[in-house]
Amino acid sequence: MKPKISINNLDFFYGSDQALFDITLDIPENEIVAFIGPSGCGKSTFLRTLNRMNDTIPIASLRGEVLLDGENIYAPGTDVVALRRRVGMVFQKSNPFPKSIFDNVAYGIKINGIHSGKSDLADRVEKALHDAALWDEVKDRLNTSAFGLSGGQQQRLCIARALAVQPEVILMDEPASALDPIATQKIEELVVQLKQYYTIVIVTHNMQQAARVSDRTAFFMLGKLVEYNPTQRMFTNPDEKLTEDYITGRFG
Amino acid sequence: MASTLSKDQRKRRIVNSVMTGLTAASAVSVTGILLVILGYITYQGLSSISIEFLTDTPKPVGEGGGIGNAILGSAMMTGLAALIGLPVGILAGVYLAEFGDGWYGKTVRFIADTLIGTPSIIIGIFIYTVVVMPMGRQSGLAGGLALAVIMIPIVARTTEEMIRLVPNAMREGALALGAPQWRVSWNIVLPAAASGIATGAMLAIARITGETAPLLFTALNSRFYNFYYDQPMASLTVQIYNYATGPFEVEHAMAWAATLLLVGLILIINIAVRIVTRKRF
Repeated sequence: MKPKISINNLDFFYGSDQALFDITLDIPENEIVAFIGPSGCGKSTFLRTLNRMNDTIPIASLRGEVLLDGENIYAPGTDVVALRRRVGMVFQKSNPFPKSIFDNVAYGIKINGIHSGKSDLADRVEKALHDAALWDEVKDRLNTSAFGLSGGQQQRLCIARALAVQPEVILMDEPASALDPIATQKIEELVVQLKQYYTIVIVTHNMQQAARVSDRTAFFMLGKLVEYNPTQRMFTNPDEKLTEDYITGRFG
Repeated sequence: MASTLSKDQRKRRIVNSVMTGLTAASAVSVTGILLVILGYITYQGLSSISIEFLTDTPKPVGEGGGIGNAILGSAMMTGLAALIGLPVGILAGVYLAEFGDGWYGKTVRFIADTLIGTPSIIIGIFIYTVVVMPMGRQSGLAGGLALAVIMIPIVARTTEEMIRLVPNAMREGALALGAPQWRVSWNIVLPAAASGIATGAMLAIARITGETAPLLFTALNSRFYNFYYDQPMASLTVQIYNYATGPFEVEHAMAWAATLLLVGLILIINIAVRIVTRKRF
């Protein structure tokens, strides 16, 4: 297996509070890795270290390394803007821009100058909306406000927006936690389909979701990585007693 | 039923109705005073408003005349102030909201708040010292600059407040797409806050349209149509002051009419603000 991202001995701090302790794990290319764990266990914080989203928090600091294709993204002189183009992100709450549906998807393409001309831009927007399984629902209203979409549609729009810049990795922070079961199912099917083109890391509260979509699962607790194994093994015969207790609902 | 209430309950009900009555009476008196002012101004001023009044220049007492040049002067000075004050104020507000958490931002914010609380006549004296004295005369330029100085901190602080209301999730969404910080501020945050910023801008314009004291020192007044910023310039507010302090009844009537016009303009700006804010997402 070829690791797309390797995390080595990562410690993370909010001011003097340590939020992550000595995390080491590899995320293989074209697989789906799920992070599970109780609230406040550090799984979202960890996810956000992978595209340096935590840089926006002034008091945050970090030790250790995160290698993307073998290169440390925390090395001095790293272009964070270029990094985030390669490692896209979908957030827990859908966060469309106050623009039209078309412009939401076009935004990332435009700022990164990926397109060559207007019709290419339109083609790329259409492809991204197709890939996010949203095209048929929005093709007649591309120029209307993104806020007119339902919650599930808004979240798929955000996925389309992330796909449009052709990232290599997509980070998803509880992408379905605010959605109803049908919208959740659509997102899950989508995530599985996207696996062939992207490496996907998904944080979820929902253990069944992790079991359904992921190839590997990492279980976090109190900022520590308790267990990291293939999902099937994790949910049938985990190495750690703590994992079993959590998965079977004895706490959390 | 009332007889079944305990003494405590009865007391509570009485206190409740007294307090409700007091707050309602205060609310009525606030709007009542405003309505009385508007009504009185209309009553006193409406009869003197005519085409001649709106277009002519002031004439010696008894020969009619109007405030056309004052309307133009107010428009030119407010326009100049907006031209300077809006961009500077909005950009300063963006800085304060997006990058202003350090000592520099805190200092700027404190100074802006102080400036907002400074009596406008002091700003007039300041511009008199740094612009009028070197130029050797009062001018529309000096008046416009004084109004701009009054406007900048108001626009900066309202812009900052509006930008802070933009959810952080929207910024993160753009950053996660590989947008540099300045593009996030420029084409995500600013448009999201646009209607609020427009509200602040229009309220600031309404505020400076009503300023008199800083213009007395800086633009002075003029009896003629003046299209040049380097000459003394008439304004509605100073014209009202002159007419109102004059000895003749005719002048007082014209002061009322000009007041009605000014209040009408400010009312229109405020209504426009309402319409702009209603169009929010």
